Amino acid sequence: MTEVPLPPIAMLAELTHRCPLQCPYCSNPLDLLKADREMATECWLDLFQQAADMGVLQVHLSGGEPMLRRDLEQFVSALAHAGVYTNLITSGVGLAGARLEALAGAGLDHVQVSFQGANAETTARIGRHSGAHANKLAAARQARELGLALTINAPIHRHNIAQVPDYIELALSLGAQRLEIANIQYAGWALLNRRHLLPDRASIEHQAATVEEARARLVGVLEIDFVLADHFATYPKPCMGGWGRDAFVIAPDGAVLPCHAAATIPSLRFERFGSRPLADIWRDSPAFEAFRGTNWMLEPCRSCERREFDWGGCRCQALALAGDAAATDPACVRSPLHAAIATLVEEALSTSEGTGGDLIAPYAFRRIASA
Amino acid sequence: MTVDRPRAFVSRQSLPRLAPYVRLRFDPVRHAWAVLSPERVFWPDAIGLDILQRCDGKTPFSVMVMSLALEYDADGGEIDRDVGAFLQQWADRLLVRL
Ligand SMILES: C[S@@+](CC[C@H](N)C(=O)[O-])C[C@H]1O[C@@H](n2cnc3c(N)ncnc32)[C@H](O)[C@@H]1O
Ligand code: SF4
Ligand code: SF4
Repeated sequence: MTEVPLPPIAMLAELTHRCPLQCPYCSNPLDLLKADREMATECWLDLFQQAADMGVLQVHLSGGEPMLRRDLEQFVSALAHAGVYTNLITSGVGLAGARLEALAGAGLDHVQVSFQGANAETTARIGRHSGAHANKLAAARQARELGLALTINAPIHRHNIAQVPDYIELALSLGAQRLEIANIQYAGWALLNRRHLLPDRASIEHQAATVEEARARLVGVLEIDFVLADHFATYPKPCMGGWGRDAFVIAPDGAVLPCHAAATIPSLRFERFGSRPLADIWRDSPAFEAFRGTNWMLEPCRSCERREFDWGGCRCQALALAGDAAATDPACVRSPLHAAIATLVEEALSTSEGTGGDLIAPYAFRRIASA
Repeated sequence: MTVDRPRAFVSRQSLPRLAPYVRLRFDPVRHAWAVLSPERVFWPDAIGLDILQRCDGKTPFSVMVMSLALEYDADGGEIDRDVGAFLQQWADRLLVRL
């Protein structure tokens, strides 16, 4: 690619991999970084300033659990001063009370609280944290009282897909503006546990009908973002809005990544923030250049009319399922490997355990250095 | 389920304002006005911007329409319809309060 890329609009800052919860669907990488690998406060502040200067308008403060960074208030304040819109992406644990008040005072705009389940029992079972649900409810209510925007995030898989109607009620009762019904992406821990997480087709269809009905009923009351599972889709999603186009990710150690799972592509080398100015890394780092635009595409993407809409889907999924990161994402019906996706669903469903109940599955709960 | 915040509809008495978590700012990198909202950035066109800049919570919809009709030297009825539809759409996305 010879064209100079447009400046990025958004940045996802994974401030830490530490987290009090252990969700088995977590999209974080299997080799989670320990606290001693995290960037220092001054480096993050420098990074945020450079991002703002480059044209980043939205920063998502995430992790792991971003509340575990004691310098979070400083980050929000610096970003707000630079005019950047701040989204806190949190499990809600450790948020309610003085800290949320301080964050709002520092200029925080939006809080997104994830709920592992729509009720306390499910949240505790999936996140492996008994007090989490009450913490989340308290944080969400306080966010509304402080005038912050509130999104409820519902990461959906086999064990909570039946709760979609309850999630809608939950979001309404909390006065949220947005609800994300996000069928999980099979990356990181979710890929490791895929067999135990993939839902069946009937549940997926039922879910789609529920969401469609609620959306029509709740126009102007609640915005419902619906992310379909790739395994049941006809075309892939435009992952990250296209590689190196609108957004990028910073890992806790400062690695500058085109998407949060990009490290699973072994042929790519990532630059670390601090080695060069951020704008230079964005412009010509080989990892960004590798799949930017459409020149890297193979058939059928290369001559497909959707190529600048979905950008060929997810590179990480292409590598995982097709063995080539430049292949068409097998989630696409035009991929010669699309049928393999259906097989994965069949396989997952033939694995023993059912939905809900008291399963403490054979799945691997997310833990630092347990992979 | 009782909804404590029902859908709002544009009327002549509406006092439109941006929701507290929505920010309208000029982006010096792209030389354009941007609307920043949860997870999303919008790039309003000139007319959209003129409307949003009048969403101050003090200017009634009817006054907004009159001033826009003057500014664009346009027919009041047409402006009424267009601005009404615009504000309804933004209210339905929970970005503007009526
Ligand atoms: C990795 S978490 C980090 C922030 C915080 N710990 C939380 O859970 O909200 C970021 C967001 O991604 C969602 N998430 C986690 N794993 C996911 C997956 N495999 N697919 C889709 N979303 C996922 C979470 O629900 C959360 O909204
Ligand atoms: S998804 Fe769960 S385990 Fe992963 S960072 Fe968020 S709360 Fe922690
Ligand atoms: S062939 Fe490629 S570009 Fe076309 S729809 Fe499928 S993934 Fe998208």
